[in-house]
Amino acid sequence: MSQWLPIADIAAKVQAGELKATDLVEQSLKTIEEKKEYNAIIATTAERARQRAAAIDKAVQDGEQLGRLAGVPFIAKDNFLVFGAETTAASNILKGFDAPYQSTVIERLEAEGAICVAKANLDAFAHGISTENSDFMTTKNPHDMTRVPGGSSGGSAAATVLDMAPFTIGSDTGGSIRQPSSFVGCVGYKPTYGLTSRSGVVPMISSTDTMGPLTRTVADNAWVFDVFAGQDPLDSTTISRDPAGYIDAATDLTGKKVGLITEYMGEGVHPEVQTRIREAAEKLTAAGADVREISIPSLPLALAAYYIICPAEISSNLSRHDGQRYGHSAPDATNLEESYAKARGTGFGREAKRRIMIGTYVLSSGYYDAYYRKAQLVRTKVIAEFAKAFEDVDFLIGPAAPTPAFKIGETGDDPLQAYLADIMTVAVSLAGVPAIVVPAGTTTDNLPVGLQIIAPQRKDRDLFGFAAGTEAIL
Amino acid sequence: MTELTREDVLKLARLARLDLTDEEVEAYRKQLSDVLQYVAQLDQVDTAGLEPTTQVTGLKNVMREDQVIDYGVSPEDLLRLAPQSQDGLIKVKRMIG
Repeated sequence: MSQWLPIADIAAKVQAGELKATDLVEQSLKTIEEKKEYNAIIATTAERARQRAAAIDKAVQDGEQLGRLAGVPFIAKDNFLVFGAETTAASNILKGFDAPYQSTVIERLEAEGAICVAKANLDAFAHGISTENSDFMTTKNPHDMTRVPGGSSGGSAAATVLDMAPFTIGSDTGGSIRQPSSFVGCVGYKPTYGLTSRSGVVPMISSTDTMGPLTRTVADNAWVFDVFAGQDPLDSTTISRDPAGYIDAATDLTGKKVGLITEYMGEGVHPEVQTRIREAAEKLTAAGADVREISIPSLPLALAAYYIICPAEISSNLSRHDGQRYGHSAPDATNLEESYAKARGTGFGREAKRRIMIGTYVLSSGYYDAYYRKAQLVRTKVIAEFAKAFEDVDFLIGPAAPTPAFKIGETGDDPLQAYLADIMTVAVSLAGVPAIVVPAGTTTDNLPVGLQIIAPQRKDRDLFGFAAGTEAIL
Repeated sequence: MTELTREDVLKLARLARLDLTDEEVEAYRKQLSDVLQYVAQLDQVDTAGLEPTTQVTGLKNVMREDQVIDYGVSPEDLLRLAPQSQDGLIKVKRMIG
């Protein structure tokens, strides 16, 4: 049972003077302190949060009309630029980085009265599936401290389930909101590409980076998402929001055409994950949805394409960390060239360096066509197959990960094994379509399994409605 | 079959401006070879007649007015982040000599 009311109710009660923002912030900070041993939080923004809460309580007293998130505390993944604490992206190379401006997502949440109380752990630069690639610490799964919470938004996901705040914010580039949501049992949203501003978020893959909320319910998720979705002059890849918004969408399941993705239910998928997903499909059928199996043959190829496009864009994006303008530096270097290589060599963690190296290879002269261009062509194929599937169905469903949460240390230092775990999420990212994960029960070991629901591009509103309907019957 | 040599890895590290330890060089040689071998399956995919995807939502040439907007960030705010600065400039190591 959560200590937090539905988010819309919290904001309404703060506005009505029935709840105080200062109390909500203290409640959140207290929970963060009590559950410190889960390593979900890198730093709190306590001082700034308390100031903002006091200002909001005063504004209520003065009779001012506040926003839709008035006084609601939240936690941001530490790759979002936020005032009040360092923004490290869980990397040593950004340690000490004090953001000179805030990300658009945070600005929009604050404009509606939300209060950031802390920064959540992640795999450094969002490269990973477990938070084990964080340069600082590994977050523990709230259901079993010997297991990972998933990643890269593992800190945000764990913090949500640990009830540290009414909502958390994450980023999803290849599954980084969906997979941890499945591992901890919360609702995680990955929007249509372009619907959320990338401005002020430490970039990973610029052509797939999206931002979304992690919450306890679909209604909470839509309520938060509605605040920050839409065009941003600071990110020219953003698209306009649905004029109808994202809350109160129709939840009716009757007659909805749903495709269970064959490729996500085969070999290598944990039997209990398959069982929970099949049960969800049966419940949808019982509720009047028209569920069938549907094949998207290129999905396994999408993973290979992703692991070219991903390191390629990462190597470009991480070139800015040069030890000259901000972050970790190499003061003992004797010349400029050496100061780059030393700062980067000692500042980046193992996985970041690995991806920079692969990216440099696939983009280098003589290999570009064979790798990067080929991956972009396969990406076109994946997009076409999604489009074809959506001619027959309204939504696609499947798991968000092939297994429940795995043990800390289980994947060792084998990058390929870790990359293969992304198979259920990366195709959605390459296609730029929206997807949501809703809890679909647990395994016999009491580990959560999430149902991933995928919709066509820009059908985010319909997806929120369908997900709310599905949540009600699971 | 892509099996990288130690020299390949060192060349990549130089291109990427990454100082690596000997241990890292050997680990990455093996791991990069594995990953490249895995992604090589794309060679078999028929992509004839397809155009490469660089942008998924169909946006093209998003224009805006070229105007100065004050976001409240001063040059001093940015210089404060630099490891070394002098006279309002970021100070870097000597480039020549």
